[in-house]
Amino acid sequence: MSEPDYTSLVIGVGNLYRSDDAVGILIARKINNMALDRVSVKEQSGEGTSLMDAWKGYGRVLIVDAVSSGAAVGSIHRLDASKEPIPSKFFSCSTHNFGVAEAIELARTLSQLPGHLQLYGIEGKNFQPGEVLSSEVEQAMELVVGEILQTISSLS
Amino acid sequence: MTKKTIKVDYLARVEGEGGLYIKMKDDAVVDVKLKIFEPPRFFEGLLRGRDFQEAPDITARICGICPVAYQMSAVHAMENALGVKVEGPLRDLRRLLYCGEWIESHTLHIYMLHAPDFLGYPDAIKMAKDHKEIVERGLKLKKAGNQIVSLLGGREIHPINVRVGGFYKVFSKKDFEPLIETLKWARDAALETVRWTAQLPFPEFEQDYEFVALHHPEEYPFNEGRIVSSEGLDIDCSDYEQHFQEEHVEHSNALHSVLKKRGAYFVGPMARYSLNFDQLSPMVREAALEAGLGRECRNPFKSIVIRSIEVLYACDEALRILESYEKPERPFVSVEPREATGFSCTEAPRGILYHHYRLDGQGKILDAKIVPPTSQNQKTIENDLWKFVPQHIHLAQEELTWQCEQAIRNYDPCISCATHFLKLDIERT
Repeated sequence: MSEPDYTSLVIGVGNLYRSDDAVGILIARKINNMALDRVSVKEQSGEGTSLMDAWKGYGRVLIVDAVSSGAAVGSIHRLDASKEPIPSKFFSCSTHNFGVAEAIELARTLSQLPGHLQLYGIEGKNFQPGEVLSSEVEQAMELVVGEILQTISSLS
Repeated sequence: MTKKTIKVDYLARVEGEGGLYIKMKDDAVVDVKLKIFEPPRFFEGLLRGRDFQEAPDITARICGICPVAYQMSAVHAMENALGVKVEGPLRDLRRLLYCGEWIESHTLHIYMLHAPDFLGYPDAIKMAKDHKEIVERGLKLKKAGNQIVSLLGGREIHPINVRVGGFYKVFSKKDFEPLIETLKWARDAALETVRWTAQLPFPEFEQDYEFVALHHPEEYPFNEGRIVSSEGLDIDCSDYEQHFQEEHVEHSNALHSVLKKRGAYFVGPMARYSLNFDQLSPMVREAALEAGLGRECRNPFKSIVIRSIEVLYACDEALRILESYEKPERPFVSVEPREATGFSCTEAPRGILYHHYRLDGQGKILDAKIVPPTSQNQKTIENDLWKFVPQHIHLAQEELTWQCEQAIRNYDPCISCATHFLKLDIERT
């Protein structure tokens, strides 16, 4: 199967039923609904090996996920994963402790990292079962959607 | 008198949140606690009042690594209650789906979580720096399992195509063709995995366990069989609760499961293998013997080799199923609700997974009981540590702590599964 003709891939990571953890998926859906030219969108649970498969063949990848690093709720963390290692305090809510940060670092070791990999982490507060975002996270969601659109247009 | 403690606040490379506490006095172990503090999730409570057809999709949510196991135990228990038997290609497809899950789950554990212990790396990322090709092989092998689950289950995690009576949609032989090439490669890679794991360094640690697994006369067990043990237990799944009981211990949010009057027992790959060696396919038996395994294995550190054997079997079995597959006429057998009780046990990657449901006349769930493998192994894990620590007391604290963690990882524990339920005993005075 040949890779799609898109130049940018947006991956939303999270769990729709874990309150603020849904934000990555919700952002991915918003971008997907815009049906942008040369942009592909995927949803992921955060399981590391599947994530490595998801970005295979794409040179420009943007990942968005909820994080819990101790910063103020709604803070937006921006990390250029192609240039710097990801602190493991980010994105640690994952299966068997092999999640987003580990997938990126393993891919770096195996030379499987996309040429451009930008991460957006939105600091969450509530990761309990539920389908409602905290208001701070909801506000951050709108900002991140705007930033992703800007980044995509600057890349293409 | 010297006192010493080993304390691991958060166990790494296991699913869910757990810790370890070992207390020693004068080189003797006086306390071992596998602490499970992952919060309980009350799945059995939330199943009450739901329709019987919802059980496979609700219980699949207990675990992201073994959702197929939950779906299979749920559908078999419901079919047992409602007097339905699923046979022929539909039964084969269920085995195929289970093959996919075993390949995914075992390969993740072998390569990403357990192998770094044997080779002296803190994690798979560091290991990949020196063993790039091996880690790449592991990732590709795991993906072969993902492909089976994605195609047949509808998606990789929490598949959506399983229903009581069969599947929502079945596929043609042609749809499966791409999988066959993938699985031929995977079977070769699995054989290499067996050879690779067999030469890892293992501590001498043979234990006298009571192994418990399903047993079927004609096949290595996934979905069906009697519950048997190395001490002569041989029962139907419906008699499970007469022989096994769950106990609440203070330091764990997961109930401990014991055999009545006998205590701890062992479920999972090593038990399955030791009780079902003759049911493996000939090439897998040959690979096991060539790897230096006997017909049974009692050293839990060698579970990494047994998992590799089971990955090899799952690839071989998946190919056998696909090569003889003919699309069934209907994707499922009709099921009519009635007032009934049903039981089942299937072999999740980590061992037997028991489900028991009581339904009313409309098919609403009145009661549910689920016993996952990790809660059954908790006591055995603690027993291992009681014996392992005195034998290795001479090691420096850091090394001993690492080896104790490794001894826990021998079981590939899934703490999230184990804490799906907490029995609340409220004492009022």
